[in-house]
Amino acid sequence: MTKLGKQTWVYDNPVYIQASATAVGPLEGEGPLKDYFDHVYDDLHCNEDNWELAERALMVDSVHRCLQKAGVDESNVDLLLAGDLLNQNVTGNYVARQLGIPLLGMFGACSTSMETLATASALVSSGYAKQAMVAVSSHNATAERQFRYPTEYGGQKPQTATFTVTGSGAALVSTKPSEIRVEAATIGKVLDYKLKDPFDLGSAMAPAAWSTIKTHLEDMGRVPSDYDLIATGDLSAVGTPILRDLLKQDGLDVSEVHNDCGLMVYHSDQPVFSGGSGCACSAVVTYSKLIEELKNGTYNRILVVATGALMSPTMVQQKETIPGIAHAVVLTKEESS
Amino acid sequence: MSDQRIDENNFEKISKTYQPKPNYVLNCFKAFVVGGLICVLGELLSEMYIHWFNFSDEEAGNPTVATLILLSSLATGFGVYDKLGQFAGAGSAVPVTGFANSVTSAALEYKSEGYVLGVATNLFKLAGSVIVFGVVSAYVLGMIRYIWSLIF
Repeated sequence: MTKLGKQTWVYDNPVYIQASATAVGPLEGEGPLKDYFDHVYDDLHCNEDNWELAERALMVDSVHRCLQKAGVDESNVDLLLAGDLLNQNVTGNYVARQLGIPLLGMFGACSTSMETLATASALVSSGYAKQAMVAVSSHNATAERQFRYPTEYGGQKPQTATFTVTGSGAALVSTKPSEIRVEAATIGKVLDYKLKDPFDLGSAMAPAAWSTIKTHLEDMGRVPSDYDLIATGDLSAVGTPILRDLLKQDGLDVSEVHNDCGLMVYHSDQPVFSGGSGCACSAVVTYSKLIEELKNGTYNRILVVATGALMSPTMVQQKETIPGIAHAVVLTKEESS
Repeated sequence: MSDQRIDENNFEKISKTYQPKPNYVLNCFKAFVVGGLICVLGELLSEMYIHWFNFSDEEAGNPTVATLILLSSLATGFGVYDKLGQFAGAGSAVPVTGFANSVTSAALEYKSEGYVLGVATNLFKLAGSVIVFGVVSAYVLGMIRYIWSLIF
């Protein structure tokens, strides 16, 4: 493994995504990506008794479907890297209890999707794991009750708010060649530009996304047009123009290739304020549509920049500002396989 | 894009220019209409209790409020009140129905943690501050009124 600059890892010993799978809730299943998802639940409770169990069902579902697609038994998976938004990472922990795969629980708020993929790829590339599973989840109702208000509370939210995606995405990485290669990753710094509004996380995360993308391009010696798509996680309609303008200041024009998973996962007329958010937002888009588009040749090389607002209700109440983080992973189409 | 370079120090100010402007006039209008309609409903209920159930003007207040609380709680349980709240803002938050919604929604939400530590502990999670400041301000005003009556 080569380190470029201070923050970028290039996986010299190639790492591939064997399979990926997604399971989502009803609103996501009505969105533009509905045909890309492996499973759509038509009930927000996912036939479970409470919201936490529903989120767990989503993660179990995506992991099982991923194993099935890869044709791999869970006993042959060396490591599970899982994360979610809930306190103590309960979804990942309890799913791992059920699976019996050694666990590394990870938290990077909504950036966990690429945090797990980058770390898993590093461990597989360097030989500490032969096959590693990555999985993340978020659920609109568990996020609402933990970070905001009871789900049925009638408080009005501003248009800058985002809507937590209900879903889970999982992927299996190993050194066995496949159509999708994980080429490199850039680990982001925590950036805090002193925003305090928990209903405007897109703006709070934009500087972190800017920093990671800029550093990545510098470290790799690339320009935005080297990528067919630069997909940020959940900057939403508010954070997206801020990121583009921040990059433009540094002479990096991404307007041709940039899109935001939070804007791709829902139709603009769905009731989701300024767009989707949550761990699952970047995961269900990447592990469904983006992987599919790489396979069918629409894209050859993409950069997924999962953005996370490291927001804690307690810290916000103590008048702290909201730090952001972003991790980027390069996925390429492998021709030779 | 502004001409000024965006950096850590001016980010808070510049990021505001990217935010969609809330339509205050429309929001006020919606709040006025919905809040007004809830009050009209209360007035109708009150009249009903006076004319059909022989309550006095003063006595009719309690069953009216109880009925509004019941209706609001049902609307919360059926998943309607949060949608009304998003539409009407303060219009549905300020009347007694908003208070009932904050209590009922908490009760529903924490049922999964049991009736004692879940529902009972969290019932006033949102409404608690309203009760505290309501009681404190009533006490303060009561004391002022009492002292006033002693002096004059």
